Amino acid sequence: MPSLPDIMTPDAEALAKAAGKGRRVTLPAGSPEHDLFTGLTRMGDNTLILGHRVSEWCGHAPVLEEDIALANVALDMIGQTQLWLGLAGTVEGHGRSADDLAFLRDAWHFRNLLLVERPNRDFGHTLMRQFLFDAWHQPMLKALEGSSDDRIGEIALKAGKEVAYHLERSADLVIRLGDGTEESHAKMKDALERLWPYAGEMFLADEVDVRLAHEGLMPDPAGIRPAWDETVAEILAEATLNRPDSDFAHKGGKQGRHTEDLGHLLTSMQWLQRAYPGATW
Amino acid sequence: MYAQMVKSEATNDDPALLEAFQARVDANEKIEPKEWMPEGYRKTLIRQIGQHAHSEIVGQLPEGNWITRAPTLERKAILLAKVQDEAGHGLYLYCAAETLGISRDEMTEMLLSGRMKYSSIFNYPTLTWADIGAVGWLVDGAAIMNQVPLQRTSFGPYSRAMIRICKEESFHQRQGYDIMMKMAKGTPEQKEMAQDALNRFWYPSLMMFGPSDKDSVHSAQSMAWKIKINTNDELRQKFVDQTVPQAEYLGLTVPDPELKWNEEKGGHDFSEPDWSEFYDVLQGNGPCNRDRIEARQKAWEDGAWVRDAMVAHAEKRAAKRIATE
Repeated sequence: MPSLPDIMTPDAEALAKAAGKGRRVTLPAGSPEHDLFTGLTRMGDNTLILGHRVSEWCGHAPVLEEDIALANVALDMIGQTQLWLGLAGTVEGHGRSADDLAFLRDAWHFRNLLLVERPNRDFGHTLMRQFLFDAWHQPMLKALEGSSDDRIGEIALKAGKEVAYHLERSADLVIRLGDGTEESHAKMKDALERLWPYAGEMFLADEVDVRLAHEGLMPDPAGIRPAWDETVAEILAEATLNRPDSDFAHKGGKQGRHTEDLGHLLTSMQWLQRAYPGATW
Repeated sequence: MYAQMVKSEATNDDPALLEAFQARVDANEKIEPKEWMPEGYRKTLIRQIGQHAHSEIVGQLPEGNWITRAPTLERKAILLAKVQDEAGHGLYLYCAAETLGISRDEMTEMLLSGRMKYSSIFNYPTLTWADIGAVGWLVDGAAIMNQVPLQRTSFGPYSRAMIRICKEESFHQRQGYDIMMKMAKGTPEQKEMAQDALNRFWYPSLMMFGPSDKDSVHSAQSMAWKIKINTNDELRQKFVDQTVPQAEYLGLTVPDPELKWNEEKGGHDFSEPDWSEFYDVLQGNGPCNRDRIEARQKAWEDGAWVRDAMVAHAEKRAAKRIATE
């Protein structure tokens, strides 16, 4: 293989040093703190990214009541983000706030599920995404209430109350739109088929999950599946929608390998913090 | 937000009934939906409350423009809560208007076809984060100035809606001012953004009170009916007197070289806004008129299948219930 031409940079060493400046010491991978930090950012990044997506609807919903409800759900999720990422920053112990984590990490450091970063498309797609997520989120939070870390249990308890309502609402709308008109049924069927390959990631454990489960900090994701399956089966049946056959699952979000959509979302979300570093707002 | 330039409608009712009605209004009695009222009173209120409701709905757009770019999680949450409140205000107001015999769908249709208006302040763009501060501080500030007296308006449902709305609006204004404080005391760029936002929103805010009383021919009837409580000029003066010291506290300059304290009248002298600009915006030539209405039309059209499905599903459920009974 021919060697690439050397690009001469006379002060390469100084530049390398400057580039490294401000880079924080990262927790050693596999350490208990790093695992917990990862688990917490997974929770907080899910609510941050989905909250952001839902907030994109503001002022554009099909009816006024839905504008209000969507804003309400987004607001709850942004509030939950503050708690999860706030605790993640504390656990990390390098002085990063929830805002630092939300606005100053790049895409590959985000740990959210791929499902939540998928674009809104239409109202039916947005609600189907919400339903598939809520049906996981609720039992997940229920399990987290019993975490061996009380700080996690407290956040889960508070968030769980909000999410019970999110699930009630998204399930109700999936039923109404699935079993509405021919057109709405077709749109919901399409939404379900498009989103289905992103649902499986919620239940796949990696080694971080295994260690967190072993410590009793967070549940084994596979254990959430039966509750999710039950809710999804019940609601889809009522919505006259068939559960897709394929169990293929796109994955990688929890490890920081995202879809192209996340970068664009972050570009607008992080704009001010990136354009005016160090300013307070 | 509020309604501007609502013309009071002519009325052709029985003079004896009119006199009795006026006596009730003069005695500060609240008029309730099922009670007799002059046709002109009903029509004027439908237009005024409807326009006010539409302003809340269209008003979501310039602020919603920054929700996805809010600079911190707290700011994002506050702005979401605020815009959600605006939608809620729209809902109470549509309900208040519905008590007068018009449906929300009819009013929406009239907004989308341009037969009903919304406050023209929302035809100005929000270009920087400081604009979100300026909208809360100045636009909501001007709205409060208009709405506080309307808590005493003669029509019961409108007056009660105003009481709820005013409580929330004062929170909105404080959050706007809080953003301005952070910006005005922040980095040089932030301060520059804050001054620029004040420069752009000052005169449009003054326009929110409507043209001078001497040019506003429809005020007298509305004031007699207590649909309108103060004159446009009174409210504008009050707004300027309240806002100037707030701008000084921020270290920002009100973009009016003629602005000065007038000891004799106990208020500020200030320049009139450019009323030709006001009429241009009113006629559809503001920077965002077309974008705003198209955004609302799109939301309505894109949402049609959802609304249809909800109705279809409700009918199916009802049919099932009947079948099982």
